[in-house]
Amino acid sequence: MYESILNHPNDLFGQFERLRRELDDVFGVSGSPSSIRSVAPGTVPAVNVGHTPTSVEIYVFAPGLDASKVEVTVDRGVLRISGERTSRIPADDVNVHVYTRERGAGHFTRAISLPDDVDPGRINATYRDGVLQVSATRHESAQPKRITVQ
Amino acid sequence: MSDTKQVTRAGAEQEQQRAVLPAVDVFEDTTGITVLADMPGVPKDQLEIKIEGDALLIEGSVQPRTPEGLQAVYAEVRVPRYRRSFTLSRELDTARIDANLKDGVLTLRIPKQAHAQPRRIAVKSS
Repeated sequence: MYESILNHPNDLFGQFERLRRELDDVFGVSGSPSSIRSVAPGTVPAVNVGHTPTSVEIYVFAPGLDASKVEVTVDRGVLRISGERTSRIPADDVNVHVYTRERGAGHFTRAISLPDDVDPGRINATYRDGVLQVSATRHESAQPKRITVQ
Repeated sequence: MSDTKQVTRAGAEQEQQRAVLPAVDVFEDTTGITVLADMPGVPKDQLEIKIEGDALLIEGSVQPRTPEGLQAVYAEVRVPRYRRSFTLSRELDTARIDANLKDGVLTLRIPKQAHAQPRRIAVKSS
């Protein structure tokens, strides 16, 4: 019985859990200066960035987008991703009652500064299952090479 | 939900249990309820929709296509699992739920029982 109460998303404990998580996000990453383009935690869509020795991978978690309307541009080392999502809740219908409206709608832009060794001509983007994956390959000269010892 | 797998590491089992609530839109019209859930990164084979009695559970695991040797640098999404449950009321027809997953958005359409649709009751005067 108690377990079901604690797992209820809208009750008192659920709200405390959310508050704790938000405080963790704000105060957890303390001290080190953040990027000048960083955004508040919880900004939608969420972005994950990873790197391999040969590329930089950016994942934008943006479900329900029209892929043809998403803009991915790179300018002087800054990768900018913008798009738009329209709400699917029917508006102006007197027979429709909306109970929950958590999914946002509208424009979004995320900017990520890429490291200098990325080749702007070798960036590609794919959208699948609601995740926009941008893959930026590093310059040939910056990729790791094995040097054989004669 | 019963789990018949043997638990070899408590840590791994805990990792499996952690999940994040997906954002949802829920609205109702005269014929039923529509639930839209944001579950980006979840392919169709990783999505589970379960109905147990009057409880509806949606759960999905994120499957990112990561190249070999990928090291995380910055992560806003740290828990690769979505889970949310709802309690349905009796006038909803759970046998006729329609589910569609497209571009990370799960659309669930739960119609009302045929006899539960609004009817106007005529008042007879004798």
